[in-house]
Amino acid sequence: MRNPLSDKVVTIKPSGIRKFFDIVSEMEDAISLGVGEPDFDTPWHIRDEGIYSLEKGRTFYTSNSGLKDLKIEICNYLERRVGVKYHYQDEVLVTVGGSEAIDIALRAMINPGEEVLIPQPSYVSYEPCAVLTDAVPVIINLKAENEFRLTAQELRDAITDKTKVLILPFPNNPTGAIMERKDLEEIAEVIIENDIFVISDEIYSELTYKGDHVSITCIPGMQERTVLINGFSKAYAMTGWRLGYACGPKEIIAQMTKIHQFAIMCAPTTSQYAAVEALKNGDEDVKQMREAYNQRRRYLMHAFKEMGLECFEPYGAFYVFPCIKEFGMTSEEFATRFLEEEKVAVVPGTAFGDSGEGFLRISYAYSLENLKLAIGKLNHFISRLREEKKA
Amino acid sequence: MREQILSIIEKNSRIDLKELAVILGVEEIDVVNELAAMEAEGIICGYHTLIDWEKTSIEKVEALIEVRVTPQRGQGFDNIAERIYKYPEVRSVYLISGAYDLLVILDGKTLREVSKFVSDKLSTQESVLSTATHFILKKYKDHGTILTKKYEDTREKVTP
Repeated sequence: MRNPLSDKVVTIKPSGIRKFFDIVSEMEDAISLGVGEPDFDTPWHIRDEGIYSLEKGRTFYTSNSGLKDLKIEICNYLERRVGVKYHYQDEVLVTVGGSEAIDIALRAMINPGEEVLIPQPSYVSYEPCAVLTDAVPVIINLKAENEFRLTAQELRDAITDKTKVLILPFPNNPTGAIMERKDLEEIAEVIIENDIFVISDEIYSELTYKGDHVSITCIPGMQERTVLINGFSKAYAMTGWRLGYACGPKEIIAQMTKIHQFAIMCAPTTSQYAAVEALKNGDEDVKQMREAYNQRRRYLMHAFKEMGLECFEPYGAFYVFPCIKEFGMTSEEFATRFLEEEKVAVVPGTAFGDSGEGFLRISYAYSLENLKLAIGKLNHFISRLREEKKA
Repeated sequence: MREQILSIIEKNSRIDLKELAVILGVEEIDVVNELAAMEAEGIICGYHTLIDWEKTSIEKVEALIEVRVTPQRGQGFDNIAERIYKYPEVRSVYLISGAYDLLVILDGKTLREVSKFVSDKLSTQESVLSTATHFILKKYKDHGTILTKKYEDTREKVTP
């Protein structure tokens, strides 16, 4: 029989997280700090609206680009919270999570051989999605000394005459890094000068702890060359509803809508009805969850300081990214031993790119009680490692 | 800071003060001072414990009693409310808008004890016009805490 597979797909490595997932799933009593989704339930009024839509029989396809009411609410929300205006008729596309939006934005914008700049450490899907479009992924290794922000110089150094798109993943998973207005202004200058485009993945935009999130679309000259991606998973604790959206110039959104139309048809109808409720009446829920995350973040930063574990202060998402280089182990060795010896799961930084080497992603989408328990074990573990090193 | 302190200790009054300061990003001494001030001002009235008595072997009944009363000139409802709340078995007394005036929550050991209180002590008050007693059969949620179900983390253990 002939090989049934696509060579291109076969070359793509499975996500580095998978391996840990398999080990942890086998362990009955492991504590996990490895989860990339909120610990909160979707607020009840949002779930109730989803249930109500089912009761009313709203079980059909919506229009390809999404419910009109939802698109209007997305525009209202972006104007209210981000300060950027979009037309709901032709500049908004409702997608199956932010993930689909990333995939189809790349597919709509890339010709074979064009380069996509991907700052890392970052979410696991950018590189494989770029490869699937026959783009050449060009990795920008972000540095701890810059608090894992993207600097104008790093961007400039990575640009060639083939560069088409920059993926901008802030607030960042796994580092928790954010880009503030002045950081964005500096890179915007380089972006405009070199006439490249941006896919800005702002899925964690509601989870920032140093003033409100600034979107690159707010920097003059940037909205017309940016596809803004956001969604409901992180802000409203709606991961399983699989709902996100993309906003951008109508020429790009029209092509993305075409791919979406043929590949997906439309985002889940129930989720769309629930999302309307989330945007209309969910601001207070978001505020409360953000405050809870911030308390845990402060707790972890304090705990790291007390145990002498190096970690820059992250102001976004729900991750901290401590440095474990002092122990002379790779991230994967550290995470594996920590799991085996203390039964606590964290994700090695390398799961998010080579520049994550020497770091761990610790999620604080857990109750304080749970975090305290796990941090006690981390403290125990690193004390032992330090003693081993001395001996 | 007050609102944040209150919203945390309302759910967990046993939180360590040092930890409270850490998660709020303030100094411990400031937390101590704020708590003391709020106690002095009567904003913090106590540090009670939420108990699900159902799960103990101790027999208890709780009743909600709707009370209609004639307000008194110059006193309104305060006088009669005071006459009622002074009974130690009365846990709460609220002035209520709507079909009746006072809502009285009563703790008793037995049904008989509660009915005796209503017929002997409450109904015989001069300004009490009528009462309606409701016994609590099951508590699903109390003080914002769901009593019938435990939180279970059903997420996948490691996700990107």
